[in-house]
Amino acid sequence: MDDLDQLEAQSIYILREAYRKLKPLAMLWSLGKDSNVMVWLARKAFLGRVPFPVMHVDTGKKFPEMYRFRDEYTRKWELELLLGDCPPVEEIDPTLPPAARSAARKTAGLATMIEKYKLEGVIAGIRRDEQATRAKERVFSPRGSSHKWDVRNQPPEFWDQYATPHEEGVHIRVHPLLSWREIDIWRYIEREGIPLVDLYFSRNGKRYRSLGDQDITSPIESDAATVAEVIAELQTTRTSERAGRAMDHESEDAFERLRVAGYL
Amino acid sequence: MSNDILRQDAATPIVIVGHVDHGKSTLIGRLLHDTDNLPEGRVAQIIESSRKRGLKVEWSFLLDSLQIERDQGVTVDSTRIPFLLGNRQFVIVDAPGHRQFLRNMITGAADAEAAVLVVDAAEGAQEQTRRHAMLLRLIGIRHVIVLMNKVDLLDYDEQKIAASEQSVAELLKQLEIEPSLFIPASAREGDNIASRSPQMAWYKGPTLTEALALVPSPAGRADLPLRLPVQDVYRFDSKRVVAGRIERGRITVGDTLVIGTHGTTARVASIESWHTAPQISAVAGQSVAITLEPDVIPDRGDLLHRPEEAPIRTARIRSRLFWLRQEPLRVGESFRLRLATAEHQVTIASIDSVVRLDDLTEHASDHVPPEGFAEITLAASESILFDAFTPGTTDGRGVLVDRHQRIVGGAPLIGPADIASGTKAIHPTDSTVSLWDRAQARGHRGGVFWMTGLPGAGKSTIARAAESRLFGQKIDVSVLDGDTLRAGLCADLGFSEADRTENVRRAAAVARILAETGQVVLVALISPRAADRELARQVVGEGFHEIFVDADQATCEARDPKGLYQAARAGRITGFTGIDAPYDTPASPDLHLPTGTGSVGEVADRLAAYVADSVVLAEGTRRRS
Repeated sequence: MDDLDQLEAQSIYILREAYRKLKPLAMLWSLGKDSNVMVWLARKAFLGRVPFPVMHVDTGKKFPEMYRFRDEYTRKWELELLLGDCPPVEEIDPTLPPAARSAARKTAGLATMIEKYKLEGVIAGIRRDEQATRAKERVFSPRGSSHKWDVRNQPPEFWDQYATPHEEGVHIRVHPLLSWREIDIWRYIEREGIPLVDLYFSRNGKRYRSLGDQDITSPIESDAATVAEVIAELQTTRTSERAGRAMDHESEDAFERLRVAGYL
Repeated sequence: MSNDILRQDAATPIVIVGHVDHGKSTLIGRLLHDTDNLPEGRVAQIIESSRKRGLKVEWSFLLDSLQIERDQGVTVDSTRIPFLLGNRQFVIVDAPGHRQFLRNMITGAADAEAAVLVVDAAEGAQEQTRRHAMLLRLIGIRHVIVLMNKVDLLDYDEQKIAASEQSVAELLKQLEIEPSLFIPASAREGDNIASRSPQMAWYKGPTLTEALALVPSPAGRADLPLRLPVQDVYRFDSKRVVAGRIERGRITVGDTLVIGTHGTTARVASIESWHTAPQISAVAGQSVAITLEPDVIPDRGDLLHRPEEAPIRTARIRSRLFWLRQEPLRVGESFRLRLATAEHQVTIASIDSVVRLDDLTEHASDHVPPEGFAEITLAASESILFDAFTPGTTDGRGVLVDRHQRIVGGAPLIGPADIASGTKAIHPTDSTVSLWDRAQARGHRGGVFWMTGLPGAGKSTIARAAESRLFGQKIDVSVLDGDTLRAGLCADLGFSEADRTENVRRAAAVARILAETGQVVLVALISPRAADRELARQVVGEGFHEIFVDADQATCEARDPKGLYQAARAGRITGFTGIDAPYDTPASPDLHLPTGTGSVGEVADRLAAYVADSVVLAEGTRRRS
């Protein structure tokens, strides 16, 4: 087994644990590269099907290409898609910096969906290498009734034994991609031939490295127009993946505050 | 796209441990920087953060990326940092030094292949140096590199450093840890981290990066006897597939496997997958889905193995333990032992020795303190199949979880326990007729449905009505009713708290015996205390269902079928549940049966349907005649 085989086997194990232990369960599908890999891994785990719904928490501000992609692959992959809205920005904590405040809409939209579908488990595609705060996460991360992440009081997690407290108002965020790096995601996309929104590929010398809302995501300078070229580019780049995400950079603790409040 | 980009070895996890302030975070920051592993933004971030705080460049800020950590000045949780050395991938696990965070450390360190133990050369081994070294031994890390840090404070002096090394070596020897290497270094100054120190020409050994490059890749587990714990069983389309990850060994289509607790055998008919080349074999580490012929249905937790390579089978296990709960552990406490995908009910039969961390010696004790290390004996309610834990394997090590599914301890298993002289040597004999055989013959499993509720809630009435419905469905069912038990088996018991507990224990023990012969048992017993019902759950083990027969007190009192409420109100009987004795409402019963509305028939239908759903085997699993 090479490193991708090992990452794949581990993710499949995690997805099968989640499916066995958490009901009802749903997977967040943000339409980005990581969540497409995640849907793909679910199909590997469950032999070609995704036996739980996927959720798109729609900020209404995604790129039109993303909406088209969503509709096409919901059909092709036979996904059960749950859609959720986000509240207007005026309803969000005004002490957050502007881009973080905008991003926090998604947290609120997600909370509404978790309550609506009484979800016990939510599978999310975050990775440790994306952002320092995410490096502290558990594979099974329990969230209390206000969906807050209690970073200082996380359960022990080792030897692939995951905490599954069945308590009133607690749901579990499941993170099957936690150990993957950005380049692993791309190498796996290349190996498996996983489809992506073409915003990831260079047009007129620019491409998106990470996709969020249109108004708080910016493209990078790049000529990488194929998956192979993106991989080659990543092997030499020294800038971080989320450099184009405005909310990470507004203040030293903006992203951590978002995450403690339940952001992905 | 060249092949070498797509094919790489898996990352080698390295854990970095040591006493608080001995320089772990600084070491990691320095290591990442000197080996060119930092993204552009990070160095600027460190410089900026250090500048804001009026410090010179603090490498540890790289890790202390959470606000709360910087405020406190300690790393609160483990972090995994990918790290590339030449073409080889590592993952650095940073474990915190602050003593109350053992559980975070174990979270990071449990799967490491090698460890770097950082010791302040000027200060020598400290309390957490010992604690962490102990943990390295317990989780079976084979390669330990000792980094003697801050040697600049000893003026890079060979003699002084050697003396400090000597004391650490003695400590490790006590733990039977043989370190691969001692490296004199200064993380802050960069001496002997990624480049050779000009200050220590006398040192001829490898630098830290050279030492890491020498750590062997994780050893293959493919050549060991097959162990495939069943994770789940799916029925997709018309096919039934058994899913699980191979922990040791390999499987090939056509292999004959023994199905753990069933003891029956089946042949691997196929290895199923989606979007991969067809497979006829698979090895340790792979998550597989297989079909079996004949199409028997294993349960989650069943260990699949080859007939001639059976694991250890015993109900008493000796184990090492690291204890993570904030309260001490005492003999007699019960937990679930999670072992790969299996869960077993276990009781702490004895605490055989506890490690004193001041000098790492073993002592007798009646408890294991929070964050303590011990050797214990576990007694299970049934035989457990397992392998002793050896370093480099992923199974043979369990975790203890409490009834809230919280992990409270880690237990690398040693082997079967001998019965010590003087203990009650009870050897229940196992029946040669397996539970599975019985279930197949009957078409249903045994089970215990524990019906609790206030007097007059309708427990016995509903139990009897459900009994006749289930009997009509050819289910072998019986009712254990509180009054019947008290008339015979429990005639010697009164209504004191101790007697009520004993009443529950006896009822549970009888129910268990019946359930083990394959019967479905409906127990109708007030069992007012949550603790007593928990005891019943533990006595029964697998197949226990708590059913809350729920009617409010006013309704029960109005019904008063036996005139007991009236008697209690008149003071003729005391200690009556609901009047002058408490009833603990079940917090999360397996089935909630309100009886305030609806007819007895409707409620009994619900109960019967729930019971049938729990015990009846799916079509196709009955023995073919």
